[in-house]
Amino acid sequence: MLKITGYPDRYSVAPGETIAFKVSLEEEDSFEARLVRVIHGDANPQGPGLKFRHVPSEADGRHPGFTQTMDAGSYMTVAGFPALDAAFTFYTMIWPTLLRRDDQTILSQWDDATGTGIHIGLKAGGFVTVTLGGPGGVKQAIAPKAMVQRQWYALAVAVDPVSGAVRIDQSPLIPYAMSDDRVSAQFTLSPAAPLPGLMLAGTAMADGTVGRHFDGKLDSPILIEGIHPAALQDRLMRAPRDIELGRLLLAHWDFSQKIDTAETVDTGPYCLHGTLGNLPTRGMKGWNWTGEDHSWTRKPEHYGAIHFHSDDLYDAGWKTSVEVTLPEDLPSGPYALHVSCGESDVDATREDYISFFVTPPKDPAKRGKRPKLCFLAPTCSYIAYANHAEHITARGVEILMNRMVHFGHSDLWMYDHPELGGSLYDTHADGSGVAYSSRLRPVLNFKAQYHSWLGGHGSAVYQYNADTHLFDWLEEKGFDYDVITDEDLHRGGLSLIEPYDVIMTGTHPEYHSTAMWDAMKAWIDRGGRLMYMGGNGWYWRVAFSDHWPGAMELRRAEDGIRPWIAEPGEYYHSFNGEYGGLWRRLGRAPNVMAGVGFIAQGFDFSSYYRRAPDADNPRARFIFEGVPDEIIGDFGLVGGGAAGIELDCITTDLGSPTNMLRLASSEGHSGMMLLVNEEFGPVPPNLGGDQNDRVRADLAFGETAAGGALFATSSIAWCGSLSHNGYDNNVSRITENVLRRFLDPAPFPTSPDTEGARP
Amino acid sequence: MVYKIVAEDDRKYVEEFREAPITAHRSPGLQRVLNIMRLYRGGDQYILIARKEFQDYVIGRMPPLRDDPIVIEDGMVFKSREAAEWELFCRRWRQHTGEIINQHYEDKTA
Repeated sequence: MLKITGYPDRYSVAPGETIAFKVSLEEEDSFEARLVRVIHGDANPQGPGLKFRHVPSEADGRHPGFTQTMDAGSYMTVAGFPALDAAFTFYTMIWPTLLRRDDQTILSQWDDATGTGIHIGLKAGGFVTVTLGGPGGVKQAIAPKAMVQRQWYALAVAVDPVSGAVRIDQSPLIPYAMSDDRVSAQFTLSPAAPLPGLMLAGTAMADGTVGRHFDGKLDSPILIEGIHPAALQDRLMRAPRDIELGRLLLAHWDFSQKIDTAETVDTGPYCLHGTLGNLPTRGMKGWNWTGEDHSWTRKPEHYGAIHFHSDDLYDAGWKTSVEVTLPEDLPSGPYALHVSCGESDVDATREDYISFFVTPPKDPAKRGKRPKLCFLAPTCSYIAYANHAEHITARGVEILMNRMVHFGHSDLWMYDHPELGGSLYDTHADGSGVAYSSRLRPVLNFKAQYHSWLGGHGSAVYQYNADTHLFDWLEEKGFDYDVITDEDLHRGGLSLIEPYDVIMTGTHPEYHSTAMWDAMKAWIDRGGRLMYMGGNGWYWRVAFSDHWPGAMELRRAEDGIRPWIAEPGEYYHSFNGEYGGLWRRLGRAPNVMAGVGFIAQGFDFSSYYRRAPDADNPRARFIFEGVPDEIIGDFGLVGGGAAGIELDCITTDLGSPTNMLRLASSEGHSGMMLLVNEEFGPVPPNLGGDQNDRVRADLAFGETAAGGALFATSSIAWCGSLSHNGYDNNVSRITENVLRRFLDPAPFPTSPDTEGARP
Repeated sequence: MVYKIVAEDDRKYVEEFREAPITAHRSPGLQRVLNIMRLYRGGDQYILIARKEFQDYVIGRMPPLRDDPIVIEDGMVFKSREAAEWELFCRRWRQHTGEIINQHYEDKTA
């Protein structure tokens, strides 16, 4: 188990800026900290081993610490809502999604400490409850019939807090034959002692947290004065508003407004607008969605639902434990705050590396002479995979990995702490997909030393820790480089990467926003030299929001390798209204950017490349200087070869430039390396690499029209081979040859007539 | 009906698996046996717990609901992933065929 963990307040920080670290301890009351440069985070004894370089800073030393917790679960709160001290009726459309959970909240105006107020909820099994607490104690009414999961209901709850009279009406939108889920029941409880403030989908608890969360959608919640029949709900939801009923209106929240924000709009006369906590899912189709339109920006009135989850988490909100102002002369690169609270043993890990990146100074005057090489830190992909828990939330991972599912101490801790929130690969407890991921929480797999259940056999590293193979190689070879993160690129655009001649990617740069995509393409089109050091890049489109800084949105729309599938009608990002899904489905296949695109996936073993005829093309001569080998990369820490995990290939029909050279292609893949599903229509029986020669990684190179160039390894496993044999191997040599030529300012030929371009 | 593991037909793959529990298995028949064994059918799922990465492993059982704790079998410690894979293979072989395999992973000559 983990006894210490934490997270930084940002993933990207410039010299001279201050970064705060939030640490939680489960043992002891203090911890040691020191700043380190991260060089190699892979502990595999077959490789170079762990490498960190201490960077003396004001963080060094012992700091007080304590246990910090996370308060998961989304909700809406209206702080200034007056006490419901006279008879009222509450109407809402409701779509419950996790009826095995007990004690959920639909609406609360409740004091947990004194047990007073009004609470409308759901009991395990799907029974609506109304609880009144007052001088006579706490009394609860329970609807006699249950709701059915994932069905829309019109719910009306009338309450007289003075007399304690309660009426519950529940009516299914679709009246199925043989079903028995319609309720119309009256109860007499004790009078309630209401108090100001109101919440939907959660209840304020005595300890300061929000609990008793609801899982499911709410649409069009309305409060009006007086006791009214259920039949009034249709009239109340109608637009324009009924003037007579409008006189009684207390509040009517229209969730189809300000979908891209953290606010909910009360269209009633008192403007009792709400605030959302913990990022529930918006842009969700409501009870009245017809399929007439699939975009909430074009048909907002069909998107009046918010999907709340008891395990949503936006910001863990931990207190700062260590704050460091970085030295003005600190080189750009990958860093971490190493924290420890004792010696680790077989039962517990008592250290952690809290990762972040140092960028060049933001002030151009302070930048000085910069390297011409930039590592684009794929923080979008790190956030997408943050706390990736498919080994917990999805069963059947073992058969995909072709070996037992690996759990380290971090995974055991993750299992015990679902309140960490999921990755964009996971599903919520109610089975719906996790569409948002935030970095404002501990991210257990954005760490050196994390060995994943997912990476190939051997080192079993994935994303950040796999990228440390490249950090190590760059150090070993003495290449100076700057780091720009994905989020920097999203906000800063082209100007951030314009100064660099060469950009190297991480091993799996899969997620990109539109702004990032546009900036990178502009950089390439202006002569940039891209070294795509991984596989399955530029695959999914994601979105950011100024209303939820630190969070990222994804809709698993339409196609692709989808661990969950977005509901029809919910393919548009709530953050910005863009159509989500694969870049390929948006007419921007990865091939357009990197020259290659995703073709196959398999997590057991990696293979090797065999030299192809294009390797002898004079245009590629520089790549193979000192590499006469027929077989390339039949070694490595990730699955035992340089071609593995996820593979790309050249496909001109999808946008690969017609001048791309196929230098080498991988072969010898197992039957577990499978063609990806966007590559076929009718399902062929030969999906595996042992029977399908389309399952291959193409080592590729091509010049661009602006005198730049593209080099693609087309494999996530490539960087795992760089350190083999003391960094003296053909994968390392090819990478170095390409990087040295790419750093040479001499333009690449743009015409067949250019000297050296013809055989 | 999916394929049913039959001791008489599939026994020939046991030694191939013991020789290399984690590899690209050369016999498609062995991969089929493994796929059938690994198919999740509900209930507890076996997992591999690294108490110390690359050095010390135990087998665990993850229950269907996350509310329930993972059961850790710390009475049997393995020095390699392969040894743990072999132990699990033996358990599953018995579950599917009723046969007990009396061979240790390290005991290659037996």
